[in-house]
Amino acid sequence: MSISVTASAPVERIAISLTVNGERRQLEIAPWTTLLDLLREDLGLTGTKKGCDQGQCGACTVLLDRKRVNSCLMLAVVKDGSDVTTIEGLSTGAVLHPLQQAFIDQDAFQCGYCTPGQICSAVALIQEGRARTREEIRELMSGNLCRCGAYVNIVAAIEQVLAARPEKQP
Amino acid sequence: MNRFSYVRVASVAEAVREIASAPPARFIAGGTNLVDLMKYNVERPERVIDITRLPLTAIEETGEGGLRIGALVTNTEAAYDPRIESRYPLLSSAILAGASPQLRNAASVGGNLLQRTRCYYFYDVATLCNKREPGSGCPAIDGINRIHAILGASPHCIATHPSDMCVALAALEAVVRVTGPQGERNIPFQDFHRLPGGMPEIDTNLARDEIITYIDLPSKGFAQNYTYLKLRDRLSYAFALVSVAAALEMDGEQIKEARLALGGVAHKPWRDIAAEALLRGREPSAKNFAAVASKVLADAKGYGSNDFKIDLARRAIVRALSQAAARTPQSQTDKRIT
Ligand SMILES: Cc1cc2nc3c(=O)[nH]c(=O)nc-3n(C[C@H](O)[C@H](O)[C@H](O)COP(=O)(O)OP(=O)(O)OC[C@H]3O[C@@H](n4cnc5c(N)ncnc54)[C@H](O)[C@@H]3O)c2cc1C
Ligand code: SF4
Ligand code: FES
Ligand code: FES
Repeated sequence: MSISVTASAPVERIAISLTVNGERRQLEIAPWTTLLDLLREDLGLTGTKKGCDQGQCGACTVLLDRKRVNSCLMLAVVKDGSDVTTIEGLSTGAVLHPLQQAFIDQDAFQCGYCTPGQICSAVALIQEGRARTREEIRELMSGNLCRCGAYVNIVAAIEQVLAARPEKQP
Repeated sequence: MNRFSYVRVASVAEAVREIASAPPARFIAGGTNLVDLMKYNVERPERVIDITRLPLTAIEETGEGGLRIGALVTNTEAAYDPRIESRYPLLSSAILAGASPQLRNAASVGGNLLQRTRCYYFYDVATLCNKREPGSGCPAIDGINRIHAILGASPHCIATHPSDMCVALAALEAVVRVTGPQGERNIPFQDFHRLPGGMPEIDTNLARDEIITYIDLPSKGFAQNYTYLKLRDRLSYAFALVSVAAALEMDGEQIKEARLALGGVAHKPWRDIAAEALLRGREPSAKNFAAVASKVLADAKGYGSNDFKIDLARRAIVRALSQAAARTPQSQTDKRIT
């Protein structure tokens, strides 16, 4: 069967607004633009990675209205009005987010390709407050694959941040 | 992805009008199945109707002791809702057994029901597939069919419905509330999904111009004796090879009522009411549970690479019923099976 995707009509562009890393953006996009492609191609925020483009690896994880999601499976137009935080939005100036620092301290990456998604996912994991044990961290981080197999150190980095929190989990 | 036009609707009535009048169109909720399939050119809607702003985002009491879940409630919100956790822990557990935290945050309850019954060939437009191209053939039957159905399949399609949540909803006898051009109707969960028969291109009995608005849970939640046991190739973030939702209502040492549904084994969540009836008035013993498993699997058929699923299902049924009887539901964090 044919899989050609030629446009029969002029491309319809739709005006949306998104707050990306604290900055309000007015954008005109084609409806088939995914949030991931919008961030990387239109906004130049290439920290968010495209691994599988099919929801299977977590490399594209961003925080959407403070919740972690796979940006590769979202149409940006559907998310009109939302607040998006990417890896680029986590540090303040030269000061790294505690999880970024913990990933360095614990040597929690090798090639680094999965790392922005791992860190965004872990930021949400900590905010959700449901992971206390190592098993819970592993299960609730299972949406982020690491082809280099840095899992043990990734869990250690998350434990480091959890342990340093003033309001520690019970 | 193909080119399509986009419309955002503000009411259920508008959504139904759009889907009824539009060219080949699809609703989008979380998008986690639709966008995935569109990237493979398996789904090629000319119009995408955004239903995410509809007021179907609440979980409410039904007035009959049950809960009504809006179709746009996310899988995460449903799983961690304190009322669902305490009154329908089977549902909560099944949802948490599925996908990943990221996907559950995006996925809606309505979309979970309507994710396609599928297989790897269905995704691959370079191969034939009766579900994708009616009448073209089913390469899975004589091909690689490790993940395929062992129950209720047809010579036209042996794909499985991959949902975990729906297995629990089948066991709980949920009711799907839908709205179409003729108004509202209720579909018992058992009748929502269909077997492939000669029309594998149709997964459910929802009409093309209907929208799911709510899922109703009846008052009976089986919160004491339940389990959701999911067996798969890796411990997390993988579809079920076989899963079992088991729920028992006990009367002292005897089983008053049993519910049993399987995932990963058929074109639809597989509930066996006749097998459940075998347990009524019986005591929870390995022998009685084995008899149930034999009944469920009496007509099971393997296609080569999935033959192992028959024995796996048999053992999973016995294990799940034992877990439910012992009040030791399967943990979705610590996956060691006890
Ligand atoms: C990598 C990966 C792993 C996964 N693993 C699992 C797993 O282990 N277990 C599991 O259960 N699921 C799993 N899933 C599937 C996931 O749960 C579904 O994709 C999700 O539930 C679909 O919901 P959605 O809101 O995103 O649906 P969408 O993609 O928005 O929609 C799916 C379909 O439903 C239709 N639709 C949506 N809402 C309505 C409505 N209210 N009325 C009428 N039609 C509607 C759409 O038109 C579309 O055809 C996985 C998915 C991925 C990508
Ligand atoms: S099993 Fe069904 S979905 Fe899979 S190839 Fe055969 S017809 Fe297509
Ligand atoms: S790129 Fe989105 S999950 Fe892999
Ligand atoms: S560090 Fe290489 S994929 Fe994770």
